[in-house]
Amino acid sequence: MRALVRIASWLYALAVYGFIFLPVVVLVLFSLQATSFPIPPFTGPSLRWYGAVLSDTRLTSALVNSLLVAVLSSLAAVTLGFLSAWGFARFTLPSSALLRGLITLPLTVSYLIIGMGLLVLFNWAGVPKSLLAAGIGHVVINLPLCFAIIYSQMGDHQINIERAARDLGAPEWKVLLLITVPVMAPAIFAGFFLSMTFSWDEFVISFLLTRFDTTLPVEIWNLLRSGLNPKTNAIGSLVFAVSIVLVVLFELTLLRRKPA
Amino acid sequence: MTAPLVDISSVSHRFGQQTVLKNVSLQIEPGSYTVLLGPSGSGKTTLLSILGGFVNPSEGKVFIRGEDCTSVPPAKRPTTTVFQDYALFPHMSVGANVGFGLRMQGVDAATRAAKAREALGLVGLAAAFDKKPHQLSGGQRQRVALARALVIEPAVLLLDEPLGALDLKLRRQMQDELKAIQKRVGTAFIHVTHDQEEAMALADHCVVMNDGRIEDEGPPERVYARPATRFSATFMGESTILQGNVTETTKGTISVATPAGAILLPGTLQPGAKVALAVRPEHLVLGAAGGAIALGTAEVSDVVFQGSFKRVLAASTLDPALQFIARAPASATVQTGDTTAVSCNADDIILLTD
Repeated sequence: MRALVRIASWLYALAVYGFIFLPVVVLVLFSLQATSFPIPPFTGPSLRWYGAVLSDTRLTSALVNSLLVAVLSSLAAVTLGFLSAWGFARFTLPSSALLRGLITLPLTVSYLIIGMGLLVLFNWAGVPKSLLAAGIGHVVINLPLCFAIIYSQMGDHQINIERAARDLGAPEWKVLLLITVPVMAPAIFAGFFLSMTFSWDEFVISFLLTRFDTTLPVEIWNLLRSGLNPKTNAIGSLVFAVSIVLVVLFELTLLRRKPA
Repeated sequence: MTAPLVDISSVSHRFGQQTVLKNVSLQIEPGSYTVLLGPSGSGKTTLLSILGGFVNPSEGKVFIRGEDCTSVPPAKRPTTTVFQDYALFPHMSVGANVGFGLRMQGVDAATRAAKAREALGLVGLAAAFDKKPHQLSGGQRQRVALARALVIEPAVLLLDEPLGALDLKLRRQMQDELKAIQKRVGTAFIHVTHDQEEAMALADHCVVMNDGRIEDEGPPERVYARPATRFSATFMGESTILQGNVTETTKGTISVATPAGAILLPGTLQPGAKVALAVRPEHLVLGAAGGAIALGTAEVSDVVFQGSFKRVLAASTLDPALQFIARAPASATVQTGDTTAVSCNADDIILLTD
């Protein structure tokens, strides 16, 4: 009986992880296919389709665009998120709880709604569809995230450290730059890498807000419209690899405890 | 007479509805070691925060070196603070911590390092220059905080319960060092504590605070021997308090009716005045061969052996509400349940009017 339970729990675990990871395994496996269709039987391994991806200028320029949008929008989101977290943590503001709720609200709104809202707004304001518009969209979705991460780590124990710096003659901007930012660095990096991950993977907003120059997920979608081939698997695997790296960086920075 | 270094003039402060400082005036002399002593909630920390510039008082003014500093921000006033939690910058080396104030003044790196090393040498931590704060013990962090505050040569150094987080042995040791360092640098120190032993050991000038007011101030010897108020008689060391009324006044002598009997004392109060008589534990005599003034008999309720002496609590047989706190020699054979005569000498009775 006990053995049966053990076997059942192993089977269950196998099913759960299979369910989660099988699509990714299949994607990566058939990106190494030697023939022209990503369907069994497996004919690889071959790096032929990776070569095809890297020699496709539309894909490589989309990759560069994606990186650019991810880095710049994450920088903006983390800067704004840090400043608002600092403001809420250090100053008594009227109806602070309500304002904090409002700042994190976009986390609960679907990207489609945010994208549509921005599309209407930019249309009205005369901002053309562009990577900049998509980048602004990414700031909108990532700022609440950065705020939440940094605010949660900004405890009262840093107040006296900032006071000490002021007491020793530091003007406010130096207190922020020389004391608060370095002390908060783990949370700031964590917010940055998580924003990068989300921006890198994001499709809906980029799809709605870009036109000629676009990001990698949108380009992959264009590619998919002409049917499956191992090239889409190869680029998908590359995207996945970058996401993994970003998530690992995020976990390392936030979860690594500093020696006491 | 020279102007005081710090002049706190009629300062009051309120947090919302609560008044935490009530019309406090205090003067600090250059080169002095002042201790603000009081229980929590007495306003001593608020007063220190006002001196440091972290709190703007609701009323009153603060002058430092004759200049009105009431609303000058901390960065611009000639004070530095040693915080209770030390507040060292965790991401900087000890040397960079100590040099931070000089860096803010625009001092070049080489001079900064030299001065930081000198300040660390002063507190006996010259070897820790390249370490990070988390590699140091509590006592060492305390010294770094002290060096960091002293290196920019403030007019006044403010210490907010600096020894509160240390264990007793280390606290007594740091206490001696603080005093020695203060004498060496000659900077005025203002030190907040609730520990009366710490206050007596360190202070040139002891300020006893309670409920937002200064109860008593002066040299610790005077504050201990002749406390000005009932509060300071019980907070700065222990006392037995005898409540009483003046019944007669003749030629500089008053007669006070107390639960332990009538007591004659020098004084000029009017009959009917309410007074309290305080006696320090070491001045109460237990046993038959006693002092000139008999205080009746008492039943011993507790004896606590404290090494060099025994602390004896006894309830008066005349009035059980009257508690005697006495100090008996370590060799005394007094036991719980004993009934003993209690007496003292007239010189040792502190007359308090309140």
